[in-house]
Amino acid sequence: MTTPSRQWPLWEVFIRSKNGLDHKHCGSVHAPDAKMALGNARDVYTRRMEGVSIWVVRADHIVASDPDAKPEMFDPAEDKIYRHPTFYTLPDEVNHM
Amino acid sequence: MTSATKTHPAHLEYVLRIADTSLILGQRLAEWCGHGPVIEEDIALTNIALDLVGQARLLLTHAGTLEGQGRDEDQLAFLRREPEFRNLTIVELPNGDFGRTILRNFLVAAWQRELYQALAKSSDTELGAIAAKSLKETRYHAQHASDWVIRLGDGTEESHRRMQAAVDVLWPYTAEFFSATPVDDVAVATSVGPAWPALESAWTAAVTPVLEVATLKIPARTPFLTRGKLGVHSEHFGHLLTGMQYLQRTYPGGTW
Repeated sequence: MTTPSRQWPLWEVFIRSKNGLDHKHCGSVHAPDAKMALGNARDVYTRRMEGVSIWVVRADHIVASDPDAKPEMFDPAEDKIYRHPTFYTLPDEVNHM
Repeated sequence: MTSATKTHPAHLEYVLRIADTSLILGQRLAEWCGHGPVIEEDIALTNIALDLVGQARLLLTHAGTLEGQGRDEDQLAFLRREPEFRNLTIVELPNGDFGRTILRNFLVAAWQRELYQALAKSSDTELGAIAAKSLKETRYHAQHASDWVIRLGDGTEESHRRMQAAVDVLWPYTAEFFSATPVDDVAVATSVGPAWPALESAWTAAVTPVLEVATLKIPARTPFLTRGKLGVHSEHFGHLLTGMQYLQRTYPGGTW
């Protein structure tokens, strides 16, 4: 027999500050549904005027990369310095673009 | 100033009723700190408690000014005795379970919302400004509580049973929200604020649909009428004050 989980699902919380352009991850809350997740996020993470907009998303809806796959995922970018615009010397005529 | 404007005693009474109701509900909700059913709700209840204490601080400071005897918010909160408090009786009742706590928040916040809205037009501009600030907080309190009332009322058999029990216990105390007193007549005559009986229809219209969605039955009105706003309190109030006032009574004048 399986017993249903007594714990509410976990939601990740993203807050945009008053002068911020993007929502930044700031933590998580437990809640039975989206509405209460927003309320809980408001109560837990915006008590000190941290934000003017909140996103919540079910933690199990986030697809994350595998930490063990770091070597093949991210290390190959290390020596590709030509992918940075600063790698290139521009002619003086366009140097201020 | 050559002569201080004489404040009508009823004006002070009117403000104290609002101030003390916020203060005592804040004190009761603070008892939940560390005892909430989940950490998020624990913080939510404590936030609401702090909002209410914040409202009480502004209102009591204002009451001290109206009184004109040099008493500040702390002296009014911590050095008055039981019969000098003017809060509605419902807020001094013990919290009970989470459902009863939430239902009380719901009933009181819906009342505060109507009152604060009406106070925006007060001839007492300080009171009007405090009401305008408090109204935003109260709207959230009302939303938070009504979400829970619906969830729990229309929830499991157990949660419904507890919520209906809470309605049955608390409903009679809401009669005091709207009972007529001479203070109301003066408040209306001087445009300080609405007569509280006049708030009943808007309050009922706000509260009834939520309770219906929550599948909760509203009991019939009875002659039961509490008189906390007249200074006549329940047996629970003295115990609350001993906790709330202990520090100031034991170390008079003590500050942080």
